[in-house]
Amino acid sequence: MSAVSSTVALFSKDVRSELRTRYALNALLMFVVTAVATILFALRADQPSPTVLSGMYWVVVFFTAMSSLSRIFVSEEERGTTLTLQLVASPSTVYFGKLLFNTALTVSLTLAVTVLYTLVFSEFFIIQTPSIFFVTVFLGSLGFASAATIIAAIVAKANTRGTLYPVLSFPILIVLLMTVMNATARALEGEDFSEAMGDFQILVGYILVMTGGSFLLFDYVWKD
Amino acid sequence: MNDITLTINGIGQEFNRRTIFRDLTFTISSGGSLALTGKNGSGKSTLIKILSGLLTPTKGTVAYTVKGTKVLPDDIKSAIGLVSPYLQLYDEFTGLENLMILSSIRSNGSLTTGRAEALLDRFGLAARRHDFVRGYSSGMKQRLKYAFALLHAPGVLLLDEPTSNLDAEGIEIVQQVVVEQGKAGILILATNDEGEAKWCSRRFQVA
Repeated sequence: MSAVSSTVALFSKDVRSELRTRYALNALLMFVVTAVATILFALRADQPSPTVLSGMYWVVVFFTAMSSLSRIFVSEEERGTTLTLQLVASPSTVYFGKLLFNTALTVSLTLAVTVLYTLVFSEFFIIQTPSIFFVTVFLGSLGFASAATIIAAIVAKANTRGTLYPVLSFPILIVLLMTVMNATARALEGEDFSEAMGDFQILVGYILVMTGGSFLLFDYVWKD
Repeated sequence: MNDITLTINGIGQEFNRRTIFRDLTFTISSGGSLALTGKNGSGKSTLIKILSGLLTPTKGTVAYTVKGTKVLPDDIKSAIGLVSPYLQLYDEFTGLENLMILSSIRSNGSLTTGRAEALLDRFGLAARRHDFVRGYSSGMKQRLKYAFALLHAPGVLLLDEPTSNLDAEGIEIVQQVVVEQGKAGILILATNDEGEAKWCSRRFQVA
């Protein structure tokens, strides 16, 4: 129980810290608004297909996530509090606490993008199978967070953090991106829930492999 | 965690093929205090990091035993207090919040606000306990680090540059802490100051 309470305490610390410093939130909000506005101007009156729409949706999520998720470890490194955390928490506590925070941030991000898309592209962003869409958004957020957390931990130790993060992330996230785009297109096209089961199986497998692998690797990354 | 013995056996540290120190061996038990001395770059801070479990030595072993039983590295962290220039607290939280939050992450459920406030009072921070740490002077931050280090009544207290940024009053409080810890547990401090080294019963030259 103490490991769980420590993890929750670390998550709570990160939430309070984020609400006070706005390390990630401000960048996240600005990027979402800018990206959606740019897409709106580019499309004008054209009606894109569900495949293109779902692609654009996840492009916004991907780049916004890249601009904010790495902050979780970079901010600790920049403030010199990494050693403090190493002293008070075990690597598994840190990993799961940070994963929890990144998951919450990504879920908030995808919900914000969904609301904006629904408002701005109300004519053609119509979710015909909400069950597929929301399961995809949830599993996709978890997948993004699980990959982004371990990459952020690795990148935080490097000198060229800004460029290294998206470069490392893209090859790792490409499988996830292709699957969530496919599943989102199904939701927009109004397919039956059962037809998206294959995509969900890939997403669950991805999350399990990524989280398990990250947990095993994290000890070495965290202790430098 | 009383009756702790720390044994380091033949430890050495290298960074990028450069040897910082090699073959260091000593033992210290509860009720003992040790001053690590040595010129700049001799590896005193590195040794403190190794003793606190933040760094794994290139060679040799560091072992903590409690009543003759070896303690696992993750368990010993709950018995270690560390004050060091490279250890920072959170600027966006108040002094009191820092202590309470870090204690809850450490799973020290027994910590009460009263204990944290008593420590802040001891180090002269009671009046500023609800101020954000970003507004603290460097001396106040150093005092807060002591409150953090003593929060869980550690069996082992490691001090690196113990009086850095402190005024005369702060140095006096630290001296009291050193004397108390040297009687109740293990105290190890790294310093270049001859006066601070004399606070300890033993001295070890790092080279």
